[in-house]
Amino acid sequence: MADLAQFRDETRSWLEANCPPEMREPVRGEDDIYWGGRRATFKNDAQKAWLEACIAKGYTVPMWPKAYGGAGLSAAEAKVLREEMGRINARPPLSSFGIWMLGPALLHFGTEGQKQRFLNEIARGEIRWCQGYSEPGSGSDLVSLQTFGEDKGDHWVVNGQKIWTSYADHADWIFCLVRTDKENKYGGITFMLFDMASEGVTTKPIKLISGSSPFCETFFDNVAVPKSYGDDVPAYVGTINRGWDVAKYLLGHEREMISGADGGERQAAIGAMMKRHAAKLGDELDPVLRAELANFDVDALAYAAMGEKFLDEIKVGKAHPAQPNMMKYAGTELNKRRHELMMAVGGSRSLEWESDATESGKPAKNWLRTKANSIEGGTSEVMLNVIAKRILDLPGA
Amino acid sequence: MPLYHNEDQAMLADTARGFIAEEGNIAKQLRHWRDRNCKDGFGHALWKQMAEMGFTGMLVDEADGGLGMGHVEAGIVLEEIGRNLTPSPFLTSSVLAATALKHGSADLKGRYLPGLIAGDSVFAVAIDETAKHRPSRITTRAEKSGNGFKLSGAKSFVIQGASADMIVVAARTSGSDEDADGITLFAVPKDAAGMSHDSVRLVDSSMATHTRFDGVELDGDAVIGEIDGGRAVLDAMLMAGRVGAAAEGVGVARGAMDMTVDYLKQRKQFGRLIGEFQALQHRASHLYSEVEIARAVTIKAQQLLDGGSAHADLMASVAKAKVAKTARLAVQEGVQMHGGIGMTDEYDIGLYMKRDRALAEFLGDATFHANRVAELSGY
Ligand SMILES: Cc1cc2nc3c(=O)[nH]c(=O)nc-3n(C[C@H](O)[C@H](O)[C@H](O)COP(=O)(O)OP(=O)(O)OC[C@H]3O[C@@H](n4cnc5c(N)ncnc54)[C@H](O)[C@@H]3O)c2cc1C
Ligand SMILES: Cc1cc2nc3c(=O)[nH]c(=O)nc-3n(C[C@H](O)[C@H](O)[C@H](O)COP(=O)(O)OP(=O)(O)OC[C@H]3O[C@@H](n4cnc5c(N)ncnc54)[C@H](O)[C@@H]3O)c2cc1C
Repeated sequence: MADLAQFRDETRSWLEANCPPEMREPVRGEDDIYWGGRRATFKNDAQKAWLEACIAKGYTVPMWPKAYGGAGLSAAEAKVLREEMGRINARPPLSSFGIWMLGPALLHFGTEGQKQRFLNEIARGEIRWCQGYSEPGSGSDLVSLQTFGEDKGDHWVVNGQKIWTSYADHADWIFCLVRTDKENKYGGITFMLFDMASEGVTTKPIKLISGSSPFCETFFDNVAVPKSYGDDVPAYVGTINRGWDVAKYLLGHEREMISGADGGERQAAIGAMMKRHAAKLGDELDPVLRAELANFDVDALAYAAMGEKFLDEIKVGKAHPAQPNMMKYAGTELNKRRHELMMAVGGSRSLEWESDATESGKPAKNWLRTKANSIEGGTSEVMLNVIAKRILDLPGA
Repeated sequence: MPLYHNEDQAMLADTARGFIAEEGNIAKQLRHWRDRNCKDGFGHALWKQMAEMGFTGMLVDEADGGLGMGHVEAGIVLEEIGRNLTPSPFLTSSVLAATALKHGSADLKGRYLPGLIAGDSVFAVAIDETAKHRPSRITTRAEKSGNGFKLSGAKSFVIQGASADMIVVAARTSGSDEDADGITLFAVPKDAAGMSHDSVRLVDSSMATHTRFDGVELDGDAVIGEIDGGRAVLDAMLMAGRVGAAAEGVGVARGAMDMTVDYLKQRKQFGRLIGEFQALQHRASHLYSEVEIARAVTIKAQQLLDGGSAHADLMASVAKAKVAKTARLAVQEGVQMHGGIGMTDEYDIGLYMKRDRALAEFLGDATFHANRVAELSGY
């Protein structure tokens, strides 16, 4: 405990010295998030300075081992860091699918060579990854996927189509589920890693109801994927044809991330802020809306405690392995409710799609974006199915 | 501090779970006393056993002969009490009254704590005066009289009021009905002249009283804490009681949920186990999720309370409200998914529904606490 108190002091002064004031402002839009990658640009100097300070300290991925770009923090230390960053509203220095999804899978299934190369690239924000899971015919029923890799000895030739591939048009590399055995449903999928600049890869952005185009259709037309990128760096994670195990493991981390369990504004109570917002619009909360906000805040603050408990437990292996599904279900449904209430408080002002007062329709766009929360990474209904089967052990689930 | 039980607490949970399932189960306690129309509504022998287990004096300081444990530990016992619907004076005596007595004089502690720790005494608390919990308004009055006080007024929903050896009474010693200040807490002994009880059995078979005080003469040393400064003690007592009631509610919710999920795996209709129907699976999964969240925030509130955090009060209300909503969901889904037998007295699931109703009302229901969360948050 004494050590932790000391760590807290050190962390506090380190943050004080290294986190620029601009990086302590709430994230207001997509361009406030730094995703990294070959083509990334910084919005301002503060964003760059904050990232560089964190990379040097291993704080883009605090719990990863130092050899792979992390800080090697224990669960308890990582919690202190999270709390201290939360206290000053520090933004995450780097966000990426590499950190949330591929990294954990590599830490678990990767070879030493893969970890040395890919994890360090992720920790430094050098390579931006995208996720090639869903296909037009395979969404919730992911294991029915058809994208096929034909074995050509030292390489595969991949053909097929992915869809809903978030940021495929900005990504450098893809982790991709490819069928390598048509006879074997679960045991015939390989978890491949390849460069999006490879010949035969094309992407086509899809426009969302929120007006932005964060995801794409991704086409593979005779893409040659070598089986190895060098000594101890295979182009697949785990074993050939056993990629489903990796895919499922990764989904656990994806769901944990989407659940918003790690705190931040996704968990905060909103009532007091909404009262101020209403006042700014020259209005006050009507009693029924106030009551709905109060009920929401009860649920939000309770969920925040659940997020803390879940992270504490998962870090020491105490959480049920299927618990991320519960977190994702509860967290995303809550977030949708949050934005419904924010829209209600904003009234007609929140409907403005193009205006300076709304910074070009941010309230409405953010509200619409949340509707994807309970779809992406596995739908709420699928989460409930998984809880029924793996936690409640209900028959035929 | 991580938000899960440490090793000692996990051990205590094992012990409490085994003991209460064995000795405090529904057949042995709730149904047993109910079917005999027991006037106390609980078994004194079990209370004595709980003392032998070290439960009754958990929250009492070691210097006063107790175990000096915290609300996480008390919550562990309460969750098992909830799960087994065990009628017991634990919440009113070992949590509420024990919290008040922490602020009492050495004399008061010496008079009451040994009986509590030994499981010989039972305590009640008299706060509410109307059918809803409104602790901001206290009209029962204690007038100065000689060296002591004269107490007049009426209290309602005094759980175990008739069997209590001592009742902690919140009364007004100055100011007007709605004032925050001017409250004093008194330890009123069982045999005080002028105190009368009108006993009522509640829907969950627990016993409560409408208690009248007609010029009850009290010595000055019956005062707990400061004269006119009782609000702080009352608040501390309410906070502990609410967190405790939340823990018990978590037990009620988990008990009802487990029973229901078991039933889904046994009952067949349409040639299938009803647990195979996705309509029921999804509801069960949603319930599981809510119960996990309710339990997490309850442990959070316990930890904050034990750590003396300034957020404890807010989180106590969040926990009480969240648990009230969640246990309500658990018992409603429980009865519904049991079908016709859920409506029968023979099956236990209906008993959970009754207990939830009474427990949620105690020390403020879901809307009272949601409103309080709004007020404490500044809107
Ligand atoms: C914003 C966004 C970003 C995304 N990013 C990516 C990405 O980067 N990479 C990627 O690979 N994918 C991504 N996805 C895809 C996402 O994983 C899928 O949309 C999701 O798995 C659902 O598949 P589907 O859209 O085909 O819906 P379907 O599976 O067709 O589902 C339609 C409806 O049926 C319900 N349903 C389906 N099966 C069942 C069942 N067994 N029981 C009960 N109900 C059922 C669903 O819950 C849903 O309500 C993204 C999606 C969104 C919205
Ligand atoms: C007060 C009362 C009075 C009654 N009076 C009469 C009477 O006078 N005469 C008479 O004949 N009957 C009477 N009934 C019986 C009543 O019609 C049945 O209780 C009812 O049809 C449900 O059947 P069950 O109790 O066997 O429940 P079950 O069928 O076992 O149902 C248990 C649970 O499973 C659910 N379930 C079952 N099948 C499915 C499915 N396919 N999909 C999703 N969920 C499913 C149910 O909705 C329920 O939640 C009475 C019942 C009550 C409670």
